Amino acid sequence: MPAADLVANVVVSGILTGLVYGLMALGLSVIFGVVRVVNFAHGEMMTIAMYMATVLFAALKLDPFLAMLPVAAAFFVFGYALQAGLINPFITRPEHSQFMLLVAVAIILVNAMLMVFGPDARNVQVDYQLESFELGPLLVDKARLFAAIAAVVAAAAFFAFFRYTLTGKAIRACADNYLGARIVGLNVKHLYALTFGLGAVCVAIAGCAMVLLVDVTPPLGPSYTLLAFVIVIVGGLGSMGGALLGGVLIGVSEALAGLFITPSAKSMFSFGLLILVLLLRPQGLLGKRA
Amino acid sequence: MSLLEVRSVSKRFRGLRAVHDASFDVPQGEIYGLIGPNGAGKTTTFNMIAGVYAPDSGEILFGSAPIHGLRADQVCAAGIGRTFQIVKPFAGLSVLDNVMVGAFLRERQARAARELSVRILERLGLGAKRELPASSLTLPDRKRLEVARALATRPKLLLLDEVMAGLRPTECDQMIAVFRELNRADGTTILLIEHVMRAVMALARHICVLHHGEVIARGTPQEVVRNPAVLECYLGEETEV
Amino acid sequence: MNRNRALTPIYLLTGLAAILVALPFFVGNYALSVATLILYFAYTGQAWNVMMGFAGQLSLGHALYVGVGAYAAGALFFYYGIGPWAGLWLAIALCVALGLVIGFLAFRFGISGVYFALLTIAFAEFTRIGFDHFGWTGGPGGMFLRVAQRDTWDLANFRGPPLMYYYAMLFLTAGAFALCAWLLRSRAGYYWQAIREDEEAARALGINAFRWKLLAVAISAAMTAVAGVFFAFYYNNLFPEQIFHISRSIEIILGPVIGGVGTLFGPLLGAAVLTLLSDGISDALNALGLDIPGVKQVFYGLVLLCVVMFLPHGIWPPIARRLRL
Repeated sequence: MPAADLVANVVVSGILTGLVYGLMALGLSVIFGVVRVVNFAHGEMMTIAMYMATVLFAALKLDPFLAMLPVAAAFFVFGYALQAGLINPFITRPEHSQFMLLVAVAIILVNAMLMVFGPDARNVQVDYQLESFELGPLLVDKARLFAAIAAVVAAAAFFAFFRYTLTGKAIRACADNYLGARIVGLNVKHLYALTFGLGAVCVAIAGCAMVLLVDVTPPLGPSYTLLAFVIVIVGGLGSMGGALLGGVLIGVSEALAGLFITPSAKSMFSFGLLILVLLLRPQGLLGKRA
Repeated sequence: MSLLEVRSVSKRFRGLRAVHDASFDVPQGEIYGLIGPNGAGKTTTFNMIAGVYAPDSGEILFGSAPIHGLRADQVCAAGIGRTFQIVKPFAGLSVLDNVMVGAFLRERQARAARELSVRILERLGLGAKRELPASSLTLPDRKRLEVARALATRPKLLLLDEVMAGLRPTECDQMIAVFRELNRADGTTILLIEHVMRAVMALARHICVLHHGEVIARGTPQEVVRNPAVLECYLGEETEV
Repeated sequence: MNRNRALTPIYLLTGLAAILVALPFFVGNYALSVATLILYFAYTGQAWNVMMGFAGQLSLGHALYVGVGAYAAGALFFYYGIGPWAGLWLAIALCVALGLVIGFLAFRFGISGVYFALLTIAFAEFTRIGFDHFGWTGGPGGMFLRVAQRDTWDLANFRGPPLMYYYAMLFLTAGAFALCAWLLRSRAGYYWQAIREDEEAARALGINAFRWKLLAVAISAAMTAVAGVFFAFYYNNLFPEQIFHISRSIEIILGPVIGGVGTLFGPLLGAAVLTLLSDGISDALNALGLDIPGVKQVFYGLVLLCVVMFLPHGIWPPIARRLRL
């Protein structure tokens, strides 16, 4: 039985990582919840953000937190274009058609990464990655804490955008009632593209934060996709708070599973949780019943 | 002899009392009408009989056997066929295949199912269109298809849910003729929910009137039309004779 | 019905069958192994098609059945020397049980569409990681089956030259095709299509949708289990990372999606197009000295993208219309 403060450290570490997961999942929740698109390429997008951060670091010595700005901008454009160009025509098509479309995009993205970057792991090396804060018995990694803070700030900004701005409300209107939104004159296609762009921005920021914590390899793409879905479903579709809560839950459970069982089995726990949630409470913890 | 007995059924939906203590009997071999204004509880009653949901209290007996609480497919197997208010054809299948789906309930072999289906389609005037995709039919034809499909399950009781809705008067008359013929030739008992009074008056031997979830009148069309309670709440406001 | 129209598909089928049966006499072992692979994907695609094309349930975790089937038969052979013909039954039994569990859970709790797909992915992933930690089947290091000889046909232990595997796979694919053709025209086929089109209307016609959907899942799982057994005795090494991986599940669906979901010829056509084109691209790139990992899969992705965008019902339906089938 591991010592109490070891467990506490692991839990804290799980919470912080979980907040970054939560931001990634927030992007998916927004995309899935509004545009109703199953973004099967979500994890791949996250992985691309991580790679971009490594490239910017290698070329310009740009700290990942600073890299967030250009990467987010690029991702917004990419996300908007993807929705407007590729996905919008698919809104009326049957569900599995849309799904296949994004499966195809995911396959292309993950293997393009493999082609360009190769299978070896990449990362960034900044000074504060090796430092930590001491808070009593807790030893908190500086990088992890900063990453989590960035995630929370970004999530709060998104929350505020959707709650208080006109555009944000318009987007929520589309989510609630597609036909009604069109009738009142909202340019739904533009709003959908905007939403996808914003979801992509979440992923960009989360990716830049994550690269401080984890080495990046192409296979991370599919596993992050699945992770994002687990979080969104557990936390509740359409609930931004749910995405963060789900992220934290998964982060902590993975960390604890890694401690008590074995690190490689940690995703098993997440999948088990997904199955349970799908069966018993499909609207998730904070979601609304469909 | 009553084929269908609805005894004191009630149904609430989260505080809304949709149907309360409703009772009526549908005699064997008859055409029976269930009418009432919108929100009267007709569709809820219909759905309880069809097995979409179970009544909160009360019983529904079909040929003396209880059917309340049975699933929709069990109700059909027991001998009750139904149509939908907004028609639901199997759009990707042909007209004939649509009916065959119904026929397979009683005929296990494809050939027998096909023969039965062709006969029914001929009877309803859709014989020539049987290879067409169901999605290409006009609304009146879709309604006939819906009836044909339900008939293929060889029902003893046919439930018709506002089958005249959306039809022009001539089309309506054609449907009336179809049901009259079915009832006369095969003795199929029919329970129809209708708004279109023309059809109800022409077809029903007896009518039950619902209002705010309760039965306010039962009797022959002539009796019901003169009933003061009915006149006050329903026929006085919207009559399509 | 026009007599000529009724005969054309039979001519085509016979022609195709003749070509496939005679193929080994005209090509070498490498081409034969490619053909075997095409048939393998056509077969698993057809098995998957039963669940998707017939019952309308999107499974993205079909590798689960391949893996469990392979490991079941493989373990029996590895530890007890029990041949594939007996191992087959265990494989089928396990996979049907698994499929029924997944189906039961999903349908009882009303899970469909995307959520069902995610459920199937979750089960496959869960099993993959489980097998990674399951020592008895070799864990992540994998299980290796003894290969005594490969020259003469040993049907009892399913060992022999590439020719034997080719004919075995051809037999399985033809059998799957016949089974699906028969199912489509039977009561089951009509009921499944009805459920897929409009489940509520189907129930109003006396169809117990729950039971029929479970049946589709069970048949699909059983058929895929057989592919797993073939896989075990053809490749002779099994790794959880490989056999349960989501890429395998995606490979299984590529054939039918590209060829045409719900059609009989779709899986075969899709598998053929995909394998031949990708092999062609691989060879071309090798010739140009560009052998980069990931190129083949990018190609798969692009083909899938184009098909989904421009030919949403697959390649086969427009061809079938041209041939007036």
